[in-house]
Amino acid sequence: MTEPMVKAEGVHKRFGRLEVLRGISLEVASGEVMCVIGPSGSGKSTFLRCINHLEKIDSGRLSVDGDLVGYRQRGDRLYELRDSEVAKRRAEIGMVFQRFNLFPHKTALDNVIEAPCRVRSTPRREAVAHAQELLDRVGLADKLASYPAQLSGGQQQRVAIARALAMKPKLMLFDEPTSALDPELVGDVLDVMRALAKDGMTMIVVTHEIGFAREVADKLVFMDEGIVVEAGAPRDVIAKPQHERTRAFLSKVL
Amino acid sequence: MSGAPLNALDPATPAADEIKAVPVRHPGRWVASAIVVLVGVSIVNSIVTNPRFGWGHVGHYLFVGRITGGVLVTIELTLAAQGIGIVLGVLLAVMRLSPNPLISWASWIYIWFFRGTPVYVQIIFWYVGIAALYPMIDLGVPFGPALIHINANTVITSFMAVVLALGLNEGAYMSEIVRAGIISVDEGQHEAALSLGMTRLQTMRRIVLPQAMRVIIPPTGNETISMLKTTSLAVAAAGSELFSQATNIFNATYEIIPLLIVASIWYLAMTSVLYVGQYYLERYFARGSSRELPPTPWQKIRRGVFSFGHDPVALNPLGAPHDGGGIGLR
Repeated sequence: MTEPMVKAEGVHKRFGRLEVLRGISLEVASGEVMCVIGPSGSGKSTFLRCINHLEKIDSGRLSVDGDLVGYRQRGDRLYELRDSEVAKRRAEIGMVFQRFNLFPHKTALDNVIEAPCRVRSTPRREAVAHAQELLDRVGLADKLASYPAQLSGGQQQRVAIARALAMKPKLMLFDEPTSALDPELVGDVLDVMRALAKDGMTMIVVTHEIGFAREVADKLVFMDEGIVVEAGAPRDVIAKPQHERTRAFLSKVL
Repeated sequence: MSGAPLNALDPATPAADEIKAVPVRHPGRWVASAIVVLVGVSIVNSIVTNPRFGWGHVGHYLFVGRITGGVLVTIELTLAAQGIGIVLGVLLAVMRLSPNPLISWASWIYIWFFRGTPVYVQIIFWYVGIAALYPMIDLGVPFGPALIHINANTVITSFMAVVLALGLNEGAYMSEIVRAGIISVDEGQHEAALSLGMTRLQTMRRIVLPQAMRVIIPPTGNETISMLKTTSLAVAAAGSELFSQATNIFNATYEIIPLLIVASIWYLAMTSVLYVGQYYLERYFARGSSRELPPTPWQKIRRGVFSFGHDPVALNPLGAPHDGGGIGLR
């Protein structure tokens, strides 16, 4: 079997005395879509942020595409990666945030070409052509020159997805991408994500959209209080949850 | 429409007659205005008619070579000292936010020292103190051989002393302003930039600082205006800027009041120019904000001349295209 894209073994994370992750073990294969659900405070966003080293894990092993996150292993010893090396790893992982986090002083186009031009030193003309293609793909070909404040929430989130895709990532992380949107705008963003999944992108999606998870995910994970309570095919987890906590959660959100 | 059932698809009703009503009277405003006008007129009258102001002398000295030369030196001092202050301020602010405690403390101690001592004392200290303490300045390996010898008396001129004192002092104040600006930028902006693979330096320079500028510029304008006036303390170091020159002249001619007025007129003129500069800088760094900016005087003129008969909304100060889809720019 080939190396999984993401592999977590006994991942722990503490904030002060609060233990947010208490031993997470799971695998995401290349091209797979994994959705993570769970009540707020269950640690699902923290886990996502650990994957691109925005948070440092305290114990366990976490690797992306065979490389440990944040460390290099030589023999039995772990060596911390330098900032520039961490940055290089992050460049290969796209992340989409709940609050979009577009750069408000840049137009949609400039948001998308910023990282390719600065991090990859892509020639500007090439970066612009790719950005136009991506913005067209997310249905915003006519918004190139708009500033984020001139776009609706759904449009901003689609620009954010295009911005992440501009780095040609091998893995995409979505941190509750539709939670800050008006209900009528959620559909457009989910459509873009659905198309992305169909194209074979490896995705980890923290979401409350059970319908989306059921339809798109290959694997559904239910987290609560820092552990994986239940994982499996979405239909199984949703239709016949094995654990009381999963049942209780699903009865509230369905 | 009386009696008609409420229906979500009802067309909007046509506008009825515009409201015509008698406006509320404000007698208090009229009284207050009259008092203000009266006070203003009497002040102006006394200034113009009092011969002791020496307006003839003011006119004479306004464009005298020593005064205009002093104006130039004032501008040079302001630019040099404020420039040092801004660069130092950014550096100290970034140091202050550094995860390395020693770096952070070094910045704190610098700020503590320079904010805690009067700038007048600092000027005199730089002017006479440095040369007295270190007549020869040796640059080289610490505790090792010196590579360059500098005679402090020739390097620390009056101009240098004032620039150093004002610039180093300003750095301490600017660092707090810059730090406030950096802190004001949403944490999510750091995360978004880092997640794209940008380094911390790139994130700071390309993403955080440009957004911090909106918060940094207004107080920096304030500081620059304050700096322009503070250069008059160069009088303590035998300066050659505007106020020192005015002092030199009235020490010889005893025409104190006309020369104070001359200096004030020039300071007012220079600070007025700074207001304009700040106005345009603020507009530049406000790009992308959803709040519509008032048109510049130039845009008002263009709008008045070219938009005659057209929709005046067509001129957009942000230079971005309009569309129905975005949330309201106006």
